[in-house]
Amino acid sequence: MEMFLDYLWVFLIGGFICMLGEVLIITTNMTSARILVTFVLVGVFLEAIGVFDYISAFAGAGINVPIIGFGASLTKGTISAVESQGLLGVFTGCLTSTAGGISAAIIFGFIFALIFSSHTKK
Amino acid sequence: MSEEERIKAYNKYVKAKIPKTRPFPTLFNSFWVGGLICLIGQGINDLLLYLVPNLSEQAAWSYTLIILIFIAAFLTGIGVYDKIGRFAGGGTIVPITGFSNSITSPSIEFKHEGIIYGICVKMFTIAGPIIVFGVVSSAFVGLIYYIIGLFM
Repeated sequence: MEMFLDYLWVFLIGGFICMLGEVLIITTNMTSARILVTFVLVGVFLEAIGVFDYISAFAGAGINVPIIGFGASLTKGTISAVESQGLLGVFTGCLTSTAGGISAAIIFGFIFALIFSSHTKK
Repeated sequence: MSEEERIKAYNKYVKAKIPKTRPFPTLFNSFWVGGLICLIGQGINDLLLYLVPNLSEQAAWSYTLIILIFIAAFLTGIGVYDKIGRFAGGGTIVPITGFSNSITSPSIEFKHEGIIYGICVKMFTIAGPIIVFGVVSSAFVGLIYYIIGLFM
């Protein structure tokens, strides 16, 4: 039962965040790049003021899978690098913590672009 | 026709041509599709932690995101992700799978312009701003954190 509730939270919060994105699309006609940038900045902000971990504790993937989690992870990496390396951490931290995601997206994007061709122009 | 009138007429024309999305079905669809993607992410994460007991929580999250990115890149490749996207809007853009899609989709679309100028350059048309804004803003936060640390 408890597990069911955990998953319900993930679904509700994740769905709610995505719905906010859709609300932005409908009301402002924003393009997807702008929406993603907005949500990354929200994540950076939530992590900077220290709220993100509290939400993450009960929302799990509901907040980590949306791109907000990516922004939070950037900032989390920077802050922990600043703690261990001082000023150098400002430059090394953010991409270290998100290296897996960015590299994966580049690697798989490149491979699948080589394999598949456009479907839209048929 | 004056310039202003022409712009007005053009905007009216554009507005008439934009496909009308009925807000309520798309809101509902973006909600449940987005929620479902997060649910799949949680499922993968819990499964990884269950299968590999000594995996740290952070490593499990990294693997989860990488797996989601892989799935989204593959679905984009076979043309399924864009179909889901037309149906669910924000539900497919906001999750990390949307980030993956935003890299794979233009790469495939501009493949015919060659590997360097097609795939590699267009790869970052949407992801570029995300990474730039993310890195600059979190470096800024890190700098503030560093300066506060100097005085504490």
